[in-house]
Amino acid sequence: MAEPKIRIRGLYVRYKDGKEALKGVDFDIIKNTVTVAFGPAGGGKSSMVRVLNRLIDIADAEEIRGEILMDGKNLLDEDVNVVELRRRIGVVFSRPIPLPLTVAGNIRFGPEVAGEKDEQKLEEIVEQALKEAVLWDEVYDRLDDPAYSLSGGQQQRLCLARMLALQPEVIVLDEPTSALDPVSTTKIEEFLEKAKERYTILLVPHNQQQAARMADYAGFFLQGRMIEYGTGEQIFLNPKKKETVDYVAGRFG
Amino acid sequence: MNSLFEIGKRRRLVNRNTAQEIGFWGIRLITLFTVLPILGIVVYIVIKGSPAISLEFLTQMPRDGMRAGGILPAITGTFYLMAGTALFSIPLGIAAGIYLAEYATDNAWTRAIRIAIISLAGVPSVVYGLFGLGLFVLFFGFGISILSASLTLSIMTLPVVISTTEEALRSVPYEFRVVGLSLGGTQWQTIRKVILPEAMPGVVTGIILGLERAVGETAPILFTGATFFLPRLPRSPLDATMALPYHIFVISTQVPGMPIQIQYGTVLVLIAFVLGMNLIASIIRSRARARRQW
Repeated sequence: MAEPKIRIRGLYVRYKDGKEALKGVDFDIIKNTVTVAFGPAGGGKSSMVRVLNRLIDIADAEEIRGEILMDGKNLLDEDVNVVELRRRIGVVFSRPIPLPLTVAGNIRFGPEVAGEKDEQKLEEIVEQALKEAVLWDEVYDRLDDPAYSLSGGQQQRLCLARMLALQPEVIVLDEPTSALDPVSTTKIEEFLEKAKERYTILLVPHNQQQAARMADYAGFFLQGRMIEYGTGEQIFLNPKKKETVDYVAGRFG
Repeated sequence: MNSLFEIGKRRRLVNRNTAQEIGFWGIRLITLFTVLPILGIVVYIVIKGSPAISLEFLTQMPRDGMRAGGILPAITGTFYLMAGTALFSIPLGIAAGIYLAEYATDNAWTRAIRIAIISLAGVPSVVYGLFGLGLFVLFFGFGISILSASLTLSIMTLPVVISTTEEALRSVPYEFRVVGLSLGGTQWQTIRKVILPEAMPGVVTGIILGLERAVGETAPILFTGATFFLPRLPRSPLDATMALPYHIFVISTQVPGMPIQIQYGTVLVLIAFVLGMNLIASIIRSRARARRQW
Protein backbone atom coordinates (compact mmCIF):
# COMPACT_ATOMS: atom_id res chain seq x y z
CA MET A 1 0.00 0.00 0.00
CA ALA A 2 2.43 2.63 1.15
CA GLU A 3 4.68 2.42 -1.86
CA PRO A 4 6.42 5.74 -2.52
CA LYS A 5 6.20 7.09 -6.04
CA ILE A 6 8.71 9.79 -5.26
CA ARG A 7 11.32 9.48 -2.57
CA ILE A 8 13.06 12.68 -1.54
CA ARG A 9 16.30 12.30 0.42
CA GLY A 10 18.43 15.02 1.97
CA LEU A 11 17.05 17.75 -0.26
CA TYR A 12 18.89 21.01 0.25
CA VAL A 13 18.10 24.24 -1.60
CA ARG A 14 19.81 27.57 -1.21
CA TYR A 15 18.91 30.68 -3.21
CA LYS A 16 21.28 33.32 -4.52
CA ASP A 17 20.29 35.71 -1.75
CA GLY A 18 21.69 33.19 0.72
CA LYS A 19 18.32 31.93 1.99
CA GLU A 20 18.26 28.23 2.73
CA ALA A 21 14.77 27.15 1.71
CA LEU A 22 15.27 23.46 2.40
CA LYS A 23 17.88 22.20 4.84
CA GLY A 24 18.09 18.52 4.10
CA VAL A 25 14.58 17.17 3.81
CA ASP A 26 13.41 13.55 3.57
CA PHE A 27 9.92 13.18 2.19
CA ASP A 28 7.91 10.44 0.49
CA ILE A 29 5.07 10.98 -1.91
CA ILE A 30 3.03 7.81 -1.74
CA LYS A 31 1.68 6.26 -4.90
CA ASN A 32 -2.06 6.75 -5.56
CA THR A 33 -2.66 8.83 -2.48
CA VAL A 34 -2.91 12.47 -1.59
CA THR A 35 0.27 13.32 0.22
CA VAL A 36 0.14 16.67 1.93
CA ALA A 37 3.03 19.01 2.70
CA PHE A 38 1.85 21.58 5.22
CA GLY A 39 3.16 24.12 7.67
CA PRO A 40 3.59 27.86 8.09
CA ALA A 41 4.81 30.10 5.29
CA GLY A 42 8.51 29.94 4.58
CA GLY A 43 8.73 26.27 5.49
CA GLY A 44 10.11 25.23 2.12
CA LYS A 45 6.99 23.63 0.64
CA SER A 46 6.96 25.78 -2.47
CA SER A 47 10.66 25.26 -3.01
CA MET A 48 10.11 21.51 -2.88
CA VAL A 49 7.35 21.84 -5.48
CA ARG A 50 9.64 23.87 -7.70
CA VAL A 51 12.44 21.37 -7.42
CA LEU A 52 10.13 18.49 -8.26
CA ASN A 53 9.26 19.71 -11.74
CA ARG A 54 12.53 21.59 -12.04
CA LEU A 55 10.90 24.99 -12.47
CA ILE A 56 13.55 25.90 -9.94
CA ASP A 57 15.91 25.94 -12.92
CA ILE A 58 14.57 29.36 -13.87
CA ALA A 59 14.48 30.65 -10.30
CA ASP A 60 17.47 32.04 -8.45
CA ALA A 61 18.64 28.81 -6.87
CA GLU A 62 22.34 28.66 -6.21
CA GLU A 63 22.72 25.24 -4.73
CA ILE A 64 20.52 22.16 -4.96
CA ARG A 65 21.70 18.96 -3.31
CA GLY A 66 20.14 15.66 -2.43
CA GLU A 67 18.12 13.06 -4.24
CA ILE A 68 14.64 12.97 -5.70
CA LEU A 69 14.00 9.41 -6.76
CA MET A 70 11.01 8.78 -8.99
CA ASP A 71 10.67 5.15 -9.97
CA GLY A 72 14.30 4.76 -8.94
CA LYS A 73 15.67 7.53 -11.13
CA ASN A 74 17.18 10.67 -9.57
CA LEU A 75 15.39 13.68 -11.03
CA LEU A 76 18.29 15.95 -10.13
CA ASP A 77 20.71 14.06 -12.38
CA GLU A 78 22.34 15.98 -15.19
CA ASP A 79 20.93 13.73 -17.88
CA VAL A 80 17.26 14.14 -16.92
CA ASN A 81 15.18 15.51 -19.77
CA VAL A 82 13.57 18.43 -17.99
CA VAL A 83 10.91 19.05 -20.63
CA GLU A 84 9.76 15.45 -20.47
CA LEU A 85 9.90 15.51 -16.67
CA ARG A 86 7.49 18.46 -16.59
CA ARG A 87 5.01 16.38 -18.54
CA ARG A 88 5.28 13.56 -16.02
CA ILE A 89 4.90 15.86 -13.02
CA GLY A 90 2.08 18.30 -13.70
CA VAL A 91 1.67 21.37 -11.52
CA VAL A 92 -1.17 23.71 -10.60
CA PHE A 93 -0.22 27.07 -9.13
CA SER A 94 -1.87 28.92 -6.29
CA ARG A 95 -3.44 31.49 -8.58
CA PRO A 96 -5.19 30.59 -11.83
CA ILE A 97 -2.92 31.72 -14.64
CA PRO A 98 -4.60 30.86 -17.93
CA LEU A 99 -2.48 31.47 -20.99
CA PRO A 100 -3.83 34.33 -23.12
CA LEU A 101 -5.40 31.82 -25.49
CA THR A 102 -8.86 30.35 -25.89
CA VAL A 103 -10.29 27.81 -23.45
CA ALA A 104 -9.42 24.99 -25.84
CA GLY A 105 -6.11 26.63 -26.69
CA ASN A 106 -4.99 26.42 -23.09
CA ILE A 107 -5.52 22.68 -23.05
CA ARG A 108 -4.09 22.09 -26.50
CA PHE A 109 -0.85 23.90 -25.66
CA GLY A 110 0.70 20.99 -23.78
CA PRO A 111 -0.09 18.23 -26.28
CA GLU A 112 0.81 20.52 -29.17
CA VAL A 113 4.26 21.37 -27.89
CA ALA A 114 4.69 17.66 -27.25
CA GLY A 115 4.19 17.14 -30.97
CA GLU A 116 0.52 16.14 -31.27
CA LYS A 117 -0.78 17.41 -34.60
CA ASP A 118 -3.87 15.27 -35.23
CA GLU A 119 -6.80 17.68 -35.01
CA GLN A 120 -9.30 15.02 -34.00
CA LYS A 121 -7.02 13.68 -31.31
CA LEU A 122 -6.52 17.17 -29.93
CA GLU A 123 -10.25 17.75 -29.75
CA GLU A 124 -10.64 14.49 -27.88
CA ILE A 125 -7.92 15.49 -25.45
CA VAL A 126 -9.66 18.82 -24.82
CA GLU A 127 -13.00 17.17 -24.09
CA GLN A 128 -11.43 14.44 -21.98
CA ALA A 129 -9.38 16.85 -19.89
CA LEU A 130 -12.29 19.22 -19.33
CA LYS A 131 -14.52 16.36 -18.26
CA GLU A 132 -11.92 15.07 -15.87
CA ALA A 133 -11.54 18.50 -14.29
CA VAL A 134 -15.35 18.76 -13.96
CA LEU A 135 -15.49 21.78 -16.24
CA TRP A 136 -16.88 20.38 -19.50
CA ASP A 137 -20.54 20.96 -18.69
CA GLU A 138 -19.86 24.62 -18.00
CA VAL A 139 -17.72 25.44 -21.03
CA TYR A 140 -18.46 22.95 -23.80
CA ASP A 141 -20.09 25.72 -25.87
CA ARG A 142 -17.40 28.28 -25.08
CA LEU A 143 -14.28 26.41 -26.13
CA ASP A 144 -13.22 29.19 -28.48
CA ASP A 145 -13.82 31.99 -26.01
CA PRO A 146 -10.85 33.63 -24.32
CA ALA A 147 -9.83 31.73 -21.21
CA TYR A 148 -10.01 34.97 -19.27
CA SER A 149 -13.76 35.15 -19.85
CA LEU A 150 -14.21 32.29 -17.38
CA SER A 151 -14.77 32.90 -13.67
CA GLY A 152 -11.88 32.50 -11.25
CA GLY A 153 -12.98 29.05 -10.13
CA GLN A 154 -13.46 27.92 -13.70
CA GLN A 155 -10.05 29.30 -14.63
CA GLN A 156 -8.40 27.25 -11.93
CA ARG A 157 -10.16 24.10 -13.12
CA LEU A 158 -9.04 25.01 -16.63
CA CYS A 159 -5.47 25.12 -15.32
CA LEU A 160 -6.12 21.73 -13.78
CA ALA A 161 -7.52 20.42 -17.06
CA ARG A 162 -4.61 21.62 -19.17
CA MET A 163 -2.24 19.95 -16.75
CA LEU A 164 -4.22 16.68 -16.98
CA ALA A 165 -3.97 16.90 -20.77
CA LEU A 166 -0.26 16.21 -20.34
CA GLN A 167 -1.26 12.80 -18.95
CA PRO A 168 1.07 13.19 -15.99
CA GLU A 169 1.88 10.50 -13.46
CA VAL A 170 2.19 12.88 -10.55
CA ILE A 171 0.04 15.92 -9.85
CA VAL A 172 1.47 18.70 -7.73
CA LEU A 173 -0.86 21.40 -6.44
CA ASP A 174 0.63 24.37 -4.63
CA GLU A 175 -2.20 25.95 -2.63
CA PRO A 176 -4.56 25.47 -5.58
CA THR A 177 -7.62 26.86 -3.82
CA SER A 178 -6.14 29.89 -2.09
CA ALA A 179 -7.76 32.27 -4.59
CA LEU A 180 -11.05 30.40 -4.83
CA ASP A 181 -14.49 30.57 -3.28
CA PRO A 182 -15.76 27.65 -1.15
CA VAL A 183 -17.82 26.10 -3.95
CA SER A 184 -14.90 26.02 -6.36
CA THR A 185 -12.69 24.74 -3.57
CA THR A 186 -15.06 21.84 -2.96
CA LYS A 187 -15.04 20.97 -6.64
CA ILE A 188 -11.27 20.78 -6.68
CA GLU A 189 -11.17 18.71 -3.52
CA GLU A 190 -13.76 16.31 -4.92
CA PHE A 191 -11.67 15.99 -8.02
CA LEU A 192 -8.61 15.12 -5.94
CA GLU A 193 -10.50 12.46 -3.99
CA LYS A 194 -11.35 10.71 -7.23
CA ALA A 195 -8.12 11.42 -9.05
CA LYS A 196 -5.89 9.60 -6.63
CA GLU A 197 -7.02 6.32 -8.11
CA ARG A 198 -5.15 7.27 -11.24
CA TYR A 199 -2.51 9.73 -10.12
CA THR A 200 -0.09 10.30 -7.33
CA ILE A 201 -0.89 13.64 -5.76
CA LEU A 202 1.17 16.10 -3.76
CA LEU A 203 -0.94 18.83 -2.23
CA VAL A 204 0.27 21.94 -0.48
CA PRO A 205 -2.98 22.89 1.23
CA HIS A 206 -3.93 26.49 1.76
CA ASN A 207 -5.14 25.93 5.28
CA GLN A 208 -5.02 23.27 7.97
CA GLN A 209 -8.63 22.18 7.57
CA GLN A 210 -7.91 21.33 3.98
CA ALA A 211 -4.74 19.55 5.04
CA ALA A 212 -6.62 17.40 7.53
CA ARG A 213 -9.49 16.74 5.11
CA MET A 214 -7.36 15.66 2.22
CA ALA A 215 -4.29 14.01 3.68
CA ASP A 216 -3.68 10.30 3.29
CA TYR A 217 -0.10 11.03 4.26
CA ALA A 218 1.28 14.27 5.57
CA GLY A 219 4.56 15.93 6.33
CA PHE A 220 4.90 18.98 8.55
CA PHE A 221 7.37 21.56 7.26
CA LEU A 222 8.93 24.19 9.46
CA GLN A 223 11.72 26.56 8.45
CA GLY A 224 13.23 24.36 5.80
CA ARG A 225 12.97 21.13 7.73
CA MET A 226 10.47 18.30 7.67
CA ILE A 227 9.56 17.89 11.31
CA GLU A 228 7.23 14.94 11.25
CA TYR A 229 5.83 12.58 8.69
CA GLY A 230 3.06 10.00 8.90
CA THR A 231 -0.44 9.11 7.81
CA GLY A 232 -2.92 11.95 7.83
CA GLU A 233 -4.72 10.51 10.79
CA GLN A 234 -1.61 10.18 12.86
CA ILE A 235 -0.29 13.64 12.07
CA PHE A 236 -3.50 15.51 12.68
CA LEU A 237 -5.03 13.44 15.49
CA ASN A 238 -1.98 12.14 17.25
CA PRO A 239 1.14 14.14 16.42
CA LYS A 240 4.29 13.24 18.29
CA LYS A 241 6.74 16.11 17.89
CA LYS A 242 6.17 19.20 20.00
CA GLU A 243 6.27 21.61 17.02
CA THR A 244 3.66 19.58 15.18
CA VAL A 245 1.46 19.39 18.23
CA ASP A 246 1.65 23.16 18.69
CA TYR A 247 0.99 23.94 15.05
CA VAL A 248 -1.87 21.49 14.62
CA ALA A 249 -3.42 22.79 17.83
CA GLY A 250 -3.21 26.27 16.33
CA ARG A 251 -0.73 27.65 18.83
CA PHE A 252 1.26 29.33 16.09
CA GLY A 253 0.60 30.01 12.44
CA MET B 1 -16.83 65.42 15.07
CA ASN B 2 -14.96 68.62 15.71
CA SER B 3 -16.42 71.11 13.24
CA LEU B 4 -13.29 73.24 13.08
CA PHE B 5 -11.27 70.23 12.10
CA GLU B 6 -13.81 69.41 9.41
CA ILE B 7 -13.65 72.90 7.93
CA GLY B 8 -9.87 72.90 7.92
CA LYS B 9 -9.84 69.58 6.17
CA ARG B 10 -12.27 70.75 3.55
CA ARG B 11 -10.31 73.91 2.88
CA ARG B 12 -7.11 72.00 2.33
CA LEU B 13 -8.87 69.75 -0.13
CA VAL B 14 -10.26 72.74 -2.01
CA ASN B 15 -6.84 74.31 -2.20
CA ARG B 16 -5.29 71.14 -3.44
CA ASN B 17 -7.98 70.81 -6.07
CA THR B 18 -7.40 74.35 -7.31
CA ALA B 19 -3.69 73.73 -7.65
CA GLN B 20 -4.48 70.55 -9.51
CA GLU B 21 -6.85 72.36 -11.85
CA ILE B 22 -4.22 74.96 -12.66
CA GLY B 23 -1.71 72.20 -13.29
CA PHE B 24 -4.07 70.37 -15.62
CA TRP B 25 -4.81 73.52 -17.60
CA GLY B 26 -1.11 74.22 -17.89
CA ILE B 27 -0.52 70.77 -19.27
CA ARG B 28 -3.45 71.11 -21.68
CA LEU B 29 -2.05 74.40 -22.93
CA ILE B 30 1.40 72.96 -23.50
CA THR B 31 -0.10 69.98 -25.32
CA LEU B 32 -2.00 72.38 -27.54
CA PHE B 33 1.23 74.19 -28.40
CA THR B 34 2.86 70.96 -29.50
CA VAL B 35 -0.13 69.89 -31.57
CA LEU B 36 -0.73 73.23 -33.27
CA PRO B 37 2.44 73.36 -35.43
CA ILE B 38 1.85 69.83 -36.71
CA LEU B 39 -1.76 70.61 -37.44
CA GLY B 40 -0.72 73.87 -39.10
CA ILE B 41 1.82 72.20 -41.35
CA VAL B 42 -0.57 69.46 -42.42
CA VAL B 43 -3.46 71.83 -43.11
CA TYR B 44 -1.21 74.23 -45.02
CA ILE B 45 0.19 71.47 -47.21
CA VAL B 46 -3.22 69.94 -47.84
CA ILE B 47 -4.57 73.32 -48.95
CA LYS B 48 -1.56 74.12 -51.15
CA GLY B 49 -0.97 70.63 -52.46
CA SER B 50 -4.38 69.13 -53.07
CA PRO B 51 -5.01 70.99 -56.37
CA ALA B 52 -2.01 69.12 -57.80
CA ILE B 53 -3.34 65.71 -56.83
CA SER B 54 -4.97 63.84 -59.67
CA LEU B 55 -4.91 60.34 -61.00
CA GLU B 56 -2.45 61.50 -63.62
CA PHE B 57 -0.16 63.01 -60.99
CA LEU B 58 -0.03 59.72 -59.12
CA THR B 59 0.27 57.36 -62.07
CA GLN B 60 2.27 59.16 -64.80
CA MET B 61 5.95 59.60 -65.45
CA PRO B 62 7.30 63.17 -65.11
CA ARG B 63 7.50 65.28 -68.27
CA ASP B 64 9.20 68.52 -69.32
CA GLY B 65 12.18 68.04 -67.01
CA MET B 66 9.81 67.08 -64.19
CA ARG B 67 7.92 70.36 -64.52
CA ALA B 68 4.80 68.53 -65.63
CA GLY B 69 3.31 65.06 -65.57
CA GLY B 70 3.25 62.82 -62.54
CA ILE B 71 5.53 61.49 -59.85
CA LEU B 72 4.96 57.78 -60.36
CA PRO B 73 8.66 56.78 -60.28
CA ALA B 74 9.15 58.56 -56.97
CA ILE B 75 6.12 56.83 -55.46
CA THR B 76 7.05 53.35 -56.66
CA GLY B 77 10.66 54.00 -55.67
CA THR B 78 9.59 54.82 -52.15
CA PHE B 79 7.52 51.61 -52.08
CA TYR B 80 10.51 49.59 -53.25
CA LEU B 81 12.76 51.13 -50.62
CA MET B 82 10.18 50.46 -47.95
CA ALA B 83 9.80 46.86 -49.03
CA GLY B 84 13.55 46.37 -49.17
CA THR B 85 14.03 47.92 -45.75
CA ALA B 86 11.24 45.78 -44.33
CA LEU B 87 12.81 42.67 -45.83
CA PHE B 88 16.10 43.19 -44.00
CA SER B 89 15.15 45.02 -40.83
CA ILE B 90 12.07 43.04 -39.75
CA PRO B 91 13.56 39.55 -39.38
CA LEU B 92 16.83 40.86 -37.98
CA GLY B 93 15.17 43.33 -35.65
CA ILE B 94 12.65 40.84 -34.28
CA ALA B 95 15.31 38.20 -33.79
CA ALA B 96 17.53 40.64 -31.91
CA GLY B 97 14.57 41.88 -29.85
CA ILE B 98 13.66 38.32 -28.86
CA TYR B 99 17.24 37.59 -27.94
CA LEU B 100 17.54 40.67 -25.75
CA ALA B 101 14.16 40.27 -24.05
CA GLU B 102 14.02 36.52 -23.58
CA TYR B 103 17.45 34.95 -23.71
CA ALA B 104 20.13 37.51 -22.90
CA THR B 105 21.32 37.64 -19.33
CA ASP B 106 22.56 40.90 -17.91
CA ASN B 107 26.29 40.87 -18.50
CA ALA B 108 28.97 43.04 -20.08
CA TRP B 109 28.30 41.62 -23.53
CA THR B 110 24.56 42.35 -23.58
CA ARG B 111 25.12 45.73 -21.98
CA ALA B 112 27.49 46.52 -24.83
CA ILE B 113 24.83 45.45 -27.33
CA ARG B 114 22.26 47.69 -25.70
CA ILE B 115 24.62 50.66 -25.72
CA ALA B 116 25.35 49.99 -29.38
CA ILE B 117 21.64 49.99 -30.19
CA ILE B 118 21.04 53.22 -28.32
CA SER B 119 24.02 54.82 -30.05
CA LEU B 120 22.83 53.54 -33.40
CA ALA B 121 19.52 55.31 -32.84
CA GLY B 122 21.36 58.55 -32.18
CA VAL B 123 23.57 58.58 -35.25
CA PRO B 124 22.70 61.42 -37.69
CA SER B 125 21.10 60.09 -40.83
CA VAL B 126 23.72 61.53 -43.16
CA VAL B 127 26.31 59.39 -41.41
CA TYR B 128 24.25 56.32 -42.31
CA GLY B 129 24.31 57.57 -45.88
CA LEU B 130 28.09 57.83 -45.95
CA PHE B 131 28.44 54.47 -44.21
CA GLY B 132 26.15 52.88 -46.78
CA LEU B 133 28.15 54.47 -49.54
CA GLY B 134 31.36 53.04 -48.17
CA LEU B 135 30.11 49.57 -47.31
CA PHE B 136 27.32 48.62 -49.69
CA VAL B 137 27.89 50.84 -52.72
CA LEU B 138 31.67 50.63 -52.92
CA PHE B 139 32.99 47.76 -50.81
CA PHE B 140 30.30 45.19 -51.68
CA GLY B 141 29.92 46.71 -55.13
CA PHE B 142 26.16 46.94 -55.08
CA GLY B 143 26.47 50.37 -56.68
CA ILE B 144 23.94 53.16 -56.32
CA SER B 145 20.95 50.89 -56.09
CA ILE B 146 17.71 50.01 -54.34
CA LEU B 147 19.65 47.22 -52.63
CA SER B 148 22.29 49.53 -51.19
CA ALA B 149 19.73 52.10 -50.12
CA SER B 150 17.47 49.47 -48.51
CA LEU B 151 20.38 48.01 -46.58
CA THR B 152 21.41 51.46 -45.40
CA LEU B 153 17.86 52.31 -44.34
CA SER B 154 17.62 48.92 -42.61
CA ILE B 155 20.58 49.70 -40.40
CA MET B 156 18.92 52.97 -39.51
CA THR B 157 15.59 51.27 -38.81
CA LEU B 158 17.00 48.37 -36.80
CA PRO B 159 17.32 50.15 -33.44
CA VAL B 160 13.66 51.12 -33.55
CA VAL B 161 12.50 47.62 -34.44
CA ILE B 162 14.79 45.99 -31.87
CA SER B 163 13.85 48.21 -28.97
CA THR B 164 10.11 48.16 -29.64
CA THR B 165 10.19 44.37 -30.03
CA GLU B 166 12.08 44.01 -26.77
CA GLU B 167 9.73 46.41 -25.04
CA ALA B 168 6.63 44.62 -26.37
CA LEU B 169 7.94 41.22 -25.25
CA ARG B 170 8.81 42.52 -21.80
CA SER B 171 5.30 43.86 -21.35
CA VAL B 172 3.90 40.32 -21.57
CA PRO B 173 3.61 39.02 -17.99
CA TYR B 174 6.50 36.80 -16.93
CA GLU B 175 4.20 34.16 -15.44
CA PHE B 176 3.05 33.04 -18.91
CA ARG B 177 6.61 31.87 -19.52
CA VAL B 178 6.61 29.85 -16.31
CA VAL B 179 3.25 28.31 -17.22
CA GLY B 180 4.51 27.45 -20.70
CA LEU B 181 7.51 25.64 -19.24
CA SER B 182 5.36 23.89 -16.64
CA LEU B 183 3.24 22.45 -19.45
CA GLY B 184 6.24 20.82 -21.06
CA GLY B 185 6.99 23.57 -23.53
CA THR B 186 10.52 24.63 -24.32
CA GLN B 187 11.40 28.27 -23.91
CA TRP B 188 11.20 28.81 -27.66
CA GLN B 189 7.85 27.02 -28.00
CA THR B 190 6.43 29.20 -25.27
CA ILE B 191 7.74 32.34 -26.92
CA ARG B 192 6.43 31.34 -30.33
CA LYS B 193 2.99 30.16 -29.29
CA VAL B 194 2.18 32.54 -26.45
CA ILE B 195 4.57 35.40 -25.83
CA LEU B 196 5.24 36.58 -29.36
CA PRO B 197 1.57 36.56 -30.47
CA GLU B 198 0.73 38.65 -27.40
CA ALA B 199 3.55 41.05 -28.19
CA MET B 200 2.83 41.18 -31.92
CA PRO B 201 0.74 44.38 -31.95
CA GLY B 202 3.57 46.22 -30.23
CA VAL B 203 6.10 44.70 -32.57
CA VAL B 204 4.09 45.65 -35.64
CA THR B 205 3.67 49.18 -34.35
CA GLY B 206 7.43 49.45 -33.93
CA ILE B 207 8.03 48.13 -37.41
CA ILE B 208 5.63 50.61 -38.96
CA LEU B 209 7.09 53.54 -37.04
CA GLY B 210 10.60 52.47 -38.04
CA LEU B 211 9.68 52.06 -41.70
CA GLU B 212 7.83 55.34 -41.67
CA ARG B 213 10.96 57.10 -40.53
CA ALA B 214 13.03 55.31 -43.15
CA VAL B 215 10.61 56.21 -45.91
CA GLY B 216 10.80 59.90 -45.07
CA GLU B 217 14.59 60.11 -44.94
CA THR B 218 16.67 61.77 -47.63
CA ALA B 219 20.24 61.68 -46.40
CA PRO B 220 20.74 57.91 -46.16
CA ILE B 221 19.58 57.33 -49.72
CA LEU B 222 21.32 60.38 -51.13
CA PHE B 223 24.60 58.54 -51.79
CA THR B 224 23.31 54.99 -51.87
CA GLY B 225 20.28 54.64 -54.09
CA ALA B 226 18.46 57.79 -55.03
CA THR B 227 18.72 59.30 -58.42
CA PHE B 228 17.82 62.68 -59.80
CA PHE B 229 15.66 61.47 -62.63
CA LEU B 230 14.81 58.14 -64.14
CA PRO B 231 13.11 57.90 -67.53
CA ARG B 232 11.68 54.50 -66.64
CA LEU B 233 10.80 52.56 -63.51
CA PRO B 234 13.62 50.53 -61.91
CA ARG B 235 13.76 46.94 -63.14
CA SER B 236 15.98 45.24 -60.60
CA PRO B 237 17.20 45.74 -57.03
CA LEU B 238 20.51 46.86 -58.50
CA ASP B 239 18.90 49.79 -60.30
CA ALA B 240 18.94 53.22 -58.79
CA THR B 241 15.54 54.68 -58.04
CA MET B 242 13.73 57.92 -57.54
CA ALA B 243 12.14 58.38 -54.12
CA LEU B 244 9.72 60.91 -52.67
CA PRO B 245 11.92 62.67 -50.11
CA TYR B 246 14.86 63.04 -52.47
CA HIS B 247 12.50 64.06 -55.26
CA ILE B 248 11.16 66.84 -53.06
CA PHE B 249 14.68 68.02 -52.40
CA VAL B 250 15.42 67.97 -56.12
CA ILE B 251 12.33 69.76 -57.36
CA SER B 252 12.47 72.40 -54.65
CA THR B 253 16.15 73.28 -55.00
CA GLN B 254 17.63 71.89 -58.20
CA VAL B 255 15.10 72.53 -60.97
CA PRO B 256 14.58 76.14 -62.06
CA GLY B 257 11.06 77.13 -63.02
CA MET B 258 9.44 74.32 -61.07
CA PRO B 259 5.69 74.88 -60.64
CA ILE B 260 5.07 75.40 -56.95
CA GLN B 261 1.94 73.30 -57.13
CA ILE B 262 3.85 70.14 -58.05
CA GLN B 263 6.21 70.74 -55.15
CA TYR B 264 3.37 70.96 -52.66
CA GLY B 265 1.60 68.05 -54.31
CA THR B 266 4.66 65.84 -53.88
CA VAL B 267 5.07 66.85 -50.26
CA LEU B 268 1.40 66.08 -49.71
CA VAL B 269 1.83 62.59 -51.13
CA LEU B 270 4.80 61.92 -48.83
CA ILE B 271 2.98 63.26 -45.79
CA ALA B 272 -0.11 61.24 -46.62
CA PHE B 273 2.12 58.19 -46.91
CA VAL B 274 3.76 58.72 -43.54
CA LEU B 275 0.61 59.76 -41.70
CA GLY B 276 -1.26 56.85 -43.25
CA MET B 277 1.29 54.44 -41.83
CA ASN B 278 1.06 56.17 -38.50
CA LEU B 279 -2.69 55.79 -38.55
CA ILE B 280 -2.42 52.08 -39.28
CA ALA B 281 -0.01 51.70 -36.37
CA SER B 282 -2.42 53.52 -34.04
CA ILE B 283 -5.34 51.36 -35.14
CA ILE B 284 -3.38 48.17 -34.56
CA ARG B 285 -2.35 49.39 -31.15
CA SER B 286 -5.79 50.43 -29.97
CA ARG B 287 -7.39 47.25 -31.28
CA ALA B 288 -4.82 45.12 -29.49
CA ARG B 289 -5.37 47.08 -26.30
CA ALA B 290 -9.09 46.45 -26.48
CA ARG B 291 -8.52 42.75 -27.00
CA ARG B 292 -5.91 42.31 -24.30
CA GLN B 293 -7.08 40.02 -21.53
CA TRP B 294 -4.59 40.41 -18.75
